[in-house]
Parts: sequence; structure tokens; C-alpha cells
Amino acid sequence: MLVMSAGLLALVVFALGAFFYTQQQTRQAAQLAQENRAALVRPHSPAFGNPGAKVTIVEFIDPACETCSAFYPLVKSLVSGSFGQVNLVMRYAPLHKGSDEVVRILEAARMQDLYWPVLQTLLKSQAVWVIHHEAKPEMVWGLIQETGLDVAKARSDMNHPRVAEIVAQDIADGKTLKVTKTPGFFVNGKPLVDFGADQLKALVASEVRSAYGK
Amino acid sequence: MTSTTSVQDKSWLWIFLAWLVALAATLGALFLGEVMGVLPCVLCWYQRIAMFPIVIILAVGLMPFDDRCVRYALPLAVAGWLVALYHCLLYWGVIPKDLVPCGEGASCTDVKAVLFGFVPVPLLSLAAFSLVVVFLSIVKKESKNE
Repeated sequence: MLVMSAGLLALVVFALGAFFYTQQQTRQAAQLAQENRAALVRPHSPAFGNPGAKVTIVEFIDPACETCSAFYPLVKSLVSGSFGQVNLVMRYAPLHKGSDEVVRILEAARMQDLYWPVLQTLLKSQAVWVIHHEAKPEMVWGLIQETGLDVAKARSDMNHPRVAEIVAQDIADGKTLKVTKTPGFFVNGKPLVDFGADQLKALVASEVRSAYGK
Repeated sequence: MTSTTSVQDKSWLWIFLAWLVALAATLGALFLGEVMGVLPCVLCWYQRIAMFPIVIILAVGLMPFDDRCVRYALPLAVAGWLVALYHCLLYWGVIPKDLVPCGEGASCTDVKAVLFGFVPVPLLSLAAFSLVVVFLSIVKKESKNE
């Protein structure tokens, strides 16, 4: 009896502790994002959807991250199914080894107006070029050629100093906002702390409601 | 007859205390890892492997009382204690760091592994294992004297 109640008590303490800790973390993350609004969206950041939308999803993405790839169709549909009420801003958090080079390839594709098709191809073919959690940038080229990319031009563009600046700025902003896992989502500056597809949908829906009314 | 019962009662209490320590250590480790998101290093994993089963083994030995559970739990506690001691020595720099078997992931000598600002987690682990070893050894001794 004593053993049972002590065990139960310990579990209750654990659950309460977890609850309050998570709540505190949520508050802190929200505050951090509030205080660093400038770090959320930079003028250089690629955007998708209606530029005048009142709800903006900011996604810190690592092209080599499996969950980012799994979330991509959902994120895209949240924008395209919103009748112009939601747009998307991409930021980079290349946490995997070799991933920063793939990000630079993406930026080179942006110069040829092929950013979104190349990103989509990269995410879809991730299993080919991410081996044991390490990105292999050299394997990417053959895969993204199908988008009509001028590979020779992209190979030189990716070494442009402006590209390196963008990547460095995004990594710095990710650190400021404490994005340690990808994908990291912010909707109108509110961080998605309790991670999940339904939670993201709910957060976007609630922001759409408060921006556009019912 | 009465003396056997009181020895049994005392043994039960010591095992219960050891169980409480192991339970607190287990939940504490899970809280650090699962709630706070601190990645366990390799040595932490070995200590977890020793500590987690002690909770189950001692719980089974407590209801109904069976002091043979000490036989099964004590070797685990001693093994965990040794790893914890090694971990603490590494943490304090007594053993040079290049002997650390942790490559990727969390470092075993990470200074961030500190609770409440000053208690290193490896030390907490060593304390927990020490208590479990002491409590269970008392039971072992008492049952021998019986």
C-alpha cells in the first residue's frame, strides 16, 4: 500500500513538474520571439504566398531534416488553401553536417527563380542525398537538374558572398530565437512550442481568426 | 519470533528507502532527458541502465516482501556506482578527458550538466547509487546476522 502510494505520488510530482516546466518554457519562448521580432523575418528571406497576407508562417528549415520534408506538404497547403490570408517565409537552420552547402545551392537556385521547385525536389529526394544524417551536396546536382536549373551557373552563384551572408544571418537569427530543432515554426511571431502537425494547424487557424475575424 | 519480525520490518524499510532513492533518481533522469531535453551522454546511459531496473526489482521485492531482491538489485547498484564514480572523476578532471568514450552527441564532461546552478548531475547520480548500495548492504548484513 505504502509502495503504491509513494509510487503514485512520485508520478504525480513528475507530471506536475513536467507541466509547469513546459508552461514556463512556452512563456519564455513566446517572450523571446516577441523581443526579437526583427530576427524572425529578414528582407532577404524567400517568401511564398500573398505578400499582403496578415498571417505569416516563419519556418526555420534544414533541407536535410526528415521532419521538415514530412511537414512541407502541410505547410504549403496551409498557405495555398488560405485564400491569400497566410504566407510563408523560409529561414535556414542547417543543423545537419553538409546541409549549409545545400542551402547555398538553394540560394543559387533562387537567383534563377527556381527556389520552390528545387526545394520541393530536394525534400522529395532527401533519402538519396542524406546518408546517415549527413548531407552529400555533390549528389544533389543530378537530382535538381530536372527543374531546368542551369547547373554551371548555380555552381558558381552558390559561392557568391551575398549567399554566405544570408546563411550566416539565418544561423545567427536561429541562435537568437533558440531554434535548436527543425522545423522551427513561428506564426505571426508566436513560436510553436508543443510540436506537431495538428498543433501547427491550430496555431495558424487561431491567428487567421484573430487577424481576419470569423 | 518477535525479533525475526522486527528484523524483517527493518529490512523492509531499508529496501523501501533504497527503492525511493532509485525511483527519485529514475524520474529525475527522465525529467532531465525527456522534459528538459538534455541529451544523456554515453556514461549517463550506462548509469541509467543500472538504475532503472533497480526500481522494478525492489518494487517486486517489497510487495509481497522478499529480501532476495537485494541479491538481484545490489550488483546493479554497485555497477552503476562504479560508472558514476568514473563519470565524476572525468567531470572533475581527475581522469584526463581524452579517455572519455563519448564521441558524437552529448559530452560527459559538459559543464552544463549542473542542477540548481551548482550540483553536477554525475555527482547526484553517485550519491543516489551510494545510498542504494548502503541501504541494500544493511539489509544483506542483517539477514546474515539473523
